Amino acid sequence: MTSIYETPVGLPRRAVSIQINGEEVKVSEGATILDACKAHGTDVPTLCYGDTLDPVNACRVCVVEVEGNRVLVPSCSRKVEPGMVINTDNERTRHSRKMVLELLGSSVDLSAAPMVAGWNDQYQADPTRFGESKTVKQSVKIDNDLYVRDYSRCILCYKCVDACGEQWQNSFAISVAGRGFNAHISTEFDVELPDSACVYCGNCVEVCPTGALMFKTEHDMRVADTWDESAQQQTTTICPYCGVGCSLTLHTQDNTIVKVTSPHESAVGSGNLCIKGRFGFQHVQTLKHN
Amino acid sequence: MVGLATVFGAGGGTSSYREVEDTDVIVLWGSNARVAHPIFFHRVLRGIRNGAKLFVVDPRRTDSARWADRWLGLHVGADIALAHAIGREIIAAGLYNRAFVEGSTTGFDEYRAAVEPWTLEHAEVVTGVPADAIRELAHAFARADRAQMCWTLGITEHHNGVDNVLSLINLNLLCGQVGRYGAGIQPLRGQNNVQGGGDMGAIPNKMSGFQDILDAEVRHKFGTAWNCTIQPHYGKHLTQMFEAMERKEMRALYVIGENPAQSEADSAHAIHILEGLEHMVVQDIFLTKTAELADVVLPASAAWCETEGTVTNSERRVQRVRKAIEAPAGSRDDAAIIIELAHRMGHTEWQYPTAESIWDELRSLSPMHHGMSYARLEALDGIQWPCPSNDTLEPSYLHGRLWAENPADRGRLAPFSAVSWAGPVDLITDEFPIRLTTGRRLDSYNTGVQSGAISSPLREGETLDMNPDDAMRIGIGNDEVVRITSRRGSIEAPVRYDSHLRPGLAFMTFHFPDEIDVNVLTIEANDPKSGTAEFKASAIRVEKLNAPVPVAGE
Repeated sequence: MTSIYETPVGLPRRAVSIQINGEEVKVSEGATILDACKAHGTDVPTLCYGDTLDPVNACRVCVVEVEGNRVLVPSCSRKVEPGMVINTDNERTRHSRKMVLELLGSSVDLSAAPMVAGWNDQYQADPTRFGESKTVKQSVKIDNDLYVRDYSRCILCYKCVDACGEQWQNSFAISVAGRGFNAHISTEFDVELPDSACVYCGNCVEVCPTGALMFKTEHDMRVADTWDESAQQQTTTICPYCGVGCSLTLHTQDNTIVKVTSPHESAVGSGNLCIKGRFGFQHVQTLKHN
Repeated sequence: MVGLATVFGAGGGTSSYREVEDTDVIVLWGSNARVAHPIFFHRVLRGIRNGAKLFVVDPRRTDSARWADRWLGLHVGADIALAHAIGREIIAAGLYNRAFVEGSTTGFDEYRAAVEPWTLEHAEVVTGVPADAIRELAHAFARADRAQMCWTLGITEHHNGVDNVLSLINLNLLCGQVGRYGAGIQPLRGQNNVQGGGDMGAIPNKMSGFQDILDAEVRHKFGTAWNCTIQPHYGKHLTQMFEAMERKEMRALYVIGENPAQSEADSAHAIHILEGLEHMVVQDIFLTKTAELADVVLPASAAWCETEGTVTNSERRVQRVRKAIEAPAGSRDDAAIIIELAHRMGHTEWQYPTAESIWDELRSLSPMHHGMSYARLEALDGIQWPCPSNDTLEPSYLHGRLWAENPADRGRLAPFSAVSWAGPVDLITDEFPIRLTTGRRLDSYNTGVQSGAISSPLREGETLDMNPDDAMRIGIGNDEVVRITSRRGSIEAPVRYDSHLRPGLAFMTFHFPDEIDVNVLTIEANDPKSGTAEFKASAIRVEKLNAPVPVAGE
């Protein structure tokens, strides 16, 4: 995991020598292959990996080859070992990534996942290869004014469940329901959010990699075809409510706040907010809308 | 802030948020952090998962208490009695940290004498907390390698709020739970930049960086920098200002970003005083109820997203605020307004090049902020004070000096405070048999001027939360609108049954003053040192609406 969770009284860590794509690299003991690749400047695509969450190994986009291992390994969770020889960009890993992207792209709508279109090009993945139709077609769940759930975009990476559950928020409003092909993210008894344990912190929206969970403002603007990330600015400031002092990154378009995220490296909140920080910005916009 | 400054000389929490993850015992006293400080509570939850024991001391069985190993449901305002009983038990059991008490504190004998009457049995009667639970907390706190004492407005919003704070700090001193990583004191500030406002000198007794105004050297330093004479006496805090306004000594008021017409206890009285002013200027981002009473309203831009600057959070972290959107036409940055006013008063030399230049002036006058350049604040995700050096950072906790091997290096020793317990001013009687306490809900904030615009599915509006048995005894149903009367005034509100409230206790917020003005009920009984009012303890009577209204004189 990332270094922000190291306790100041932690034990000293030895350096481990490994090889990434033919180059010798030294990293701290306990780092993952992904940590090592990032430190080395080697790009490895990830979807279900969350820098503030424990790895779930669900999407398989980040797999790399470790020589001597029978199968490709998920770089987000596999820890480095002395002498490891890692290939992140050979024929075998590229082929695997192409397949994974095609399988994911054929089952769900990845159009709102920021990096996926680029990866499809990079790995010559054809998401239509396994048939045009999406296997999971369903309508967007809109049951409150703050955020929407579009499970036709969901890759079942469980990051939202982990963020809502024991890793951060501990509200346990959502979980995985069903098994096999029927597995899906659901509130208890599939009730609407206002009847669930949801407290609208939006920490699930923060970690969702595919836009399955989305600010209602963003959803509405996408529907109206006015959502334009190239015209947006991001400015990090501090929440105006209680004295904890969480960092807010305000996404603005046309002088209007359209979305709020929080820097994951923040020492205060590690990317987490409450309903006031996440959705409490309307009071500076009412004037403009009236 | 006053309490911490009294003991340690610096009015800030001694620990950082992260330390609550690496501690053995967490005490949340008068704090419903799960609801009022949710992101701090994430750290508490991680602490629990790392093995810490959580004790919640609160009259209400709050959302925070649901996560506790033990909930100590004390009577409102019995905090000092409970703290003293814990202190006495720790001493009686021989569990106090003798080396720390002897080497790093003063006033132990007076403290020991002050807590001596507070046996567990006596405290059980006064506080309502079973003796065994008090003993358990005392032993856990004293035996812990590292313990955190955290509190919020449940401690400070009393007529003796500062004494409450001091009684809790005593426990940390007694057990050496301060000045080490993971061991310390965390007062959670209710509002964004409460800490920063005090640090910057927006308090009546200190200049920026807690430099005392009575110190001639301090006055000379600031006077020279600003080319003026600094008054050699303390100013007035909010309560003293209201008293001076009532006596007509203070006849004009300049209010910046505050809504006293709705946020003050006994609001009818507060509004009456404000209306008696000769002149009132209100500078705010909204036309608040206070602004409606003003002679002049100066529209300000929203500091947190329409201006540049800094704020300081509850762990003493100075953080950059940045402009993300343009302010509405006609509104201006607070600092720009103040400088325009100075120009009108003839001080045309006042300039406002940038927020950074104001900050750099502060750095030149406040040693504890000296090392915090904008560039470093940017690079380090904010910096915690003290930060005197441009190159290095101080530890995340304060007062490590108290543990210095050489007594000469320990600086000013930390004094115990032999405070005495005094219950709430507003007494419970047959006429006013219910204790009303106030607090916040998750999706709302203060008088609601900011949070009111959130389209929150959680919001239910103002209610009088009551123990169901209390309500049923007087024939009041859930959701029934009732009349609530205190010695100050009377309002109507719907009742909500809440089995987490003990008999005799009721709860309201003050988030919806335009519909239901709860501060009509609260008492203007103020702490003489901090000026904070006793929002947490009013005595009320609850009646059915169709009950006959008593006629005066009968």
